[in-house]
Amino acid sequence: MTRKLDIDGRIIEAKDGEDLLSACLTHGIDVPYFCWHGALGSVGACRQCAVKVYAGPDDKEGRIVMSCMTPVADVERVSVSDPEATAFRAQVIEWLMVNHPHDCPVCEEAGSCHLQDMTIATGHNIRRYRFDKRTHRNQDLGPLLTHEMNRCIACYRCTRFYRDYAGGRDLDAFGAHDNVYFGRAEDGPLESPFAGNLAEVCPTGVFNDKGWSQDYARKWDMRATPSVCPHCAVGCNILVDQREGRVKRVQNRYHGALNGYFICDRGRYGPLHVVSDARLRAPLLAGEPATEHDACAVAHAAVAEGAIGFGSPRASLEANYALQRLVGPERFFAGVSDAEAAMVRRIVALLRAGPAKVASLADIEQADAVLVLGEDLTNSSPRVALALRQTARGAERDLAAQKGVPRWLDPAVRTAGEGRRSPIMLVTPVADPLDDVAVMALRRDPLAIAAFGADVAGVLGGGTARDADAQRVAGILAVAERPLIIAGSSLGVAGIIEAAAALGSALGAKARIALLPPEANSIGLALLGGGGLDGAAALLERGAAKTAIVLENDLFERAPRAGVERLFAAAKSVIALDSMASETTARASVTLPVAPFTECAGTFVNYEGRAQRFFAAVPPHETAPSAWRRLDAFGAGDWHDLDELIGDLIVERPDLVGVADAAPDADFMMADGQVTRAPRPYSGRTADDRAGQFADAVIPVDLDGPMTFGIKGARGTAVPPALITSYKTSGQHSANNVTRFLEEVGGPLRGGDPGAMLLKRSEAALIDAPPSGPVTGEGLLLVLLHDAFSGWELSRVSALLAARAPAPRLLLHPDDAALHGLADGAAVLIDGRLFAAPVSLDASLPRGCVAISAGGDAPRGPLRRVRVEAAR
Amino acid sequence: MIGWLGAMLRVGRKLFVKPETQLYPEEKPKLFPRTRGRIVLTRDPDGQERCVACNLCAVVCPVGCIDLAKAVADDGRWYPEHFRINFARCIFCGFCEEACPTSAIQLTPDFELGEWRRDALVYEKHDLLISGEGKVRGYRYWSVAGKAIDGKDKGEAEHESPPVDLKGLLP
Repeated sequence: MTRKLDIDGRIIEAKDGEDLLSACLTHGIDVPYFCWHGALGSVGACRQCAVKVYAGPDDKEGRIVMSCMTPVADVERVSVSDPEATAFRAQVIEWLMVNHPHDCPVCEEAGSCHLQDMTIATGHNIRRYRFDKRTHRNQDLGPLLTHEMNRCIACYRCTRFYRDYAGGRDLDAFGAHDNVYFGRAEDGPLESPFAGNLAEVCPTGVFNDKGWSQDYARKWDMRATPSVCPHCAVGCNILVDQREGRVKRVQNRYHGALNGYFICDRGRYGPLHVVSDARLRAPLLAGEPATEHDACAVAHAAVAEGAIGFGSPRASLEANYALQRLVGPERFFAGVSDAEAAMVRRIVALLRAGPAKVASLADIEQADAVLVLGEDLTNSSPRVALALRQTARGAERDLAAQKGVPRWLDPAVRTAGEGRRSPIMLVTPVADPLDDVAVMALRRDPLAIAAFGADVAGVLGGGTARDADAQRVAGILAVAERPLIIAGSSLGVAGIIEAAAALGSALGAKARIALLPPEANSIGLALLGGGGLDGAAALLERGAAKTAIVLENDLFERAPRAGVERLFAAAKSVIALDSMASETTARASVTLPVAPFTECAGTFVNYEGRAQRFFAAVPPHETAPSAWRRLDAFGAGDWHDLDELIGDLIVERPDLVGVADAAPDADFMMADGQVTRAPRPYSGRTADDRAGQFADAVIPVDLDGPMTFGIKGARGTAVPPALITSYKTSGQHSANNVTRFLEEVGGPLRGGDPGAMLLKRSEAALIDAPPSGPVTGEGLLLVLLHDAFSGWELSRVSALLAARAPAPRLLLHPDDAALHGLADGAAVLIDGRLFAAPVSLDASLPRGCVAISAGGDAPRGPLRRVRVEAAR
Repeated sequence: MIGWLGAMLRVGRKLFVKPETQLYPEEKPKLFPRTRGRIVLTRDPDGQERCVACNLCAVVCPVGCIDLAKAVADDGRWYPEHFRINFARCIFCGFCEEACPTSAIQLTPDFELGEWRRDALVYEKHDLLISGEGKVRGYRYWSVAGKAIDGKDKGEAEHESPPVDLKGLLP
């Protein structure tokens, strides 16, 4: 339902139930505001969005209201430009600026600052207040964020985001009236893995991205490129900002169905792995630097001897396909353990067969009962956990809605909702950061989790439960209108995925399901097929091939060490193509550097089966071309650009035809030419002009994407959603202006959210799962502890995240520890290797498990048992 | 006849008028202090670099001939790690001077920038930074900015009250 509104004579169609400010902003009518935020709702704190509303056609006087607090249902005629309202807003901003320091030249935010935009929009340009400014001391908030409290205008966005939205505890408002202070009780890093969003949420420069501050360029001096986060399977959309070929920072890129306004800290700081010292910049021969010519000659000779290929869940779909074309489908293997490859292929089969509809993050927020099987979401796929925190508030919103409180009136919803929580049920092996919003937080060992899920499915199918908790969970799911099941591969148990699918089938058409694979392109790799490492080792040992090509993959990270060692022993030579140095590249016979995700274009397929294109943020360097170009040179194909490769891919695989629709192809043009990455004022273009040429005459050419590095080109709201490089419109420079690009607040981007869904439901009948092998090894079940900051291979080399990463942990139940003669703090051998952390006792851990931090010492792989013994 | 004599007279009279032409370069022209010529970076009265690398000069420059990058000194001050002006491109419009919030960048009356090689016209920071205050005397940006630096804590800048004691109970 919409209703007509007269705003300064312009008639707009506002949605019923919307607030007046949102209606104005989505229709391109600029009303200044501070405290309102699309995801955080209205609080009416800043008094900046005052407009005049008139009771009817005869009302000449009108009255001033705060547009963010006014439902559109209450008004017909509005004036934003009314002189009285304008003067009111000018006064308000003058008050807000009374204590604001004279800091803009030394503030990172300047140039993309919401406060600057609003101050200029309101016309306050001379300071009249002559008295002293209130000052505050800053805090050290850790390696990720800066803190400069003097700049605060007390909009409360930070605490509303950090506490109310993200569930953090350690940031709060202190003091009262003029002295109000936003910070921690004492100095220290902000604990929430979503704290980085404060840099974008804060409308001034109180919180800012510390990494960006240390390697700084103004917003107007950085080229921004739409990209996709490579750090987990959710596929959050990001903008990568760079100047002079160096990536400076990452910001959220709005996606209505996925990340919305926020990304996690791993997504914000993790992609800076591309500027770390671990970048591979020159070819290696047997671990020693070599020339490009020599390395390529050796590699070509090795490929000619007969090669098998290992794809990678962190390489693009195109690079994996190129490798598959080079070696042939029967010699193409997923560069992960057999069990993981099988599990992700099974996830694809399940999504295709569709026991339940796959849930996007927006769907997750709409669910009214959620069962999480085995995944520590906050640490493995953090953005999903942030969505779940909104899901938990569903019951509160429903009750408030019954009382007539609109959803956007957030503080009122919290009061009217009486603290009701939608049921979220966690079944995980270790204590979970989401426990505080869960109605049930059950601790089970990995095998018991699979059994528990199957048990719940059995109850839903009419059976009886062996477990009273399963009975309760089934009862809650059965009465829910929009139940959701979340499971994943992080414990390495195929049974958990099967149980989730069985639950989806049992719940019927109303159910949604989210199955989380481990990495950004795990699904893409599984779509191409191919078994895991062990099958490949057997093939090499038979002598059917002599060379192994490893594409963007540290095998030691993704499979148990013994299997990888077997592979290295069986292969005559190993060719590694990678952007980062790793144990695999150090031990390979030939290593060739390739472009990281910021220097090439490609496609990642996320957990939903959504193909999303990322583009080169930095012009590709000739010493590190895209991986598929290297493979092309080995004879994989005859591709001039990415679109030709994708053309071949969809001819061979008609089921993947959606890949071509993920983004416009490279010859896409608008009336103003190609979409440009550069903002309009881009300084210093002729400062290095030594040869007497106009520097912009030699723009680097990007063959693989429809965007230019030059300053001339298309920008603004008409740009296709997959190519948005900036939310700037005239007079609005900050990321807050994203509202202009949305169909409705919190809804999809104008023109539809980017990406193409590859997996159509009911494409295939669901065949029964292959029986999973027995749990190997002896001793205790190994549970890998994931961490939001020190996630995996690539995030560990980002200097900022490394500074924030916790020390490794090893958890044991006190009874198990006593059984093994281990005291708290004892050093431990895991399968004979000394583990980096001593024992911590944790009574909440199920018996028979040992939980250790994931990483180089504890690679991914199937669930296995390990020997735990005291180190001497 | 009369016209011819009149013309001679009018021209001849100029023999006794002071000539406008100046014999540059032997004779240097007299230029006013605000003449827009070679750009310099000045220092504050304490001899500290005034430039805080805010980048406003670079972005306002209509030809884009200024390039700089921010760094932070040990004492907390922002300063330009490099500061480069390509005088082969500069049109001496003075926008940079107008945009500068710290009075660091100033145009001087020196216009004699002839060089044989173009690249000699790319001035780096050590070519630009002078030891004096230039035209603006007595201005210290850091004493009005809210950011703390060594020797000027929070609340010690001009028009600042001492930092709020958050543990205090008084209103």
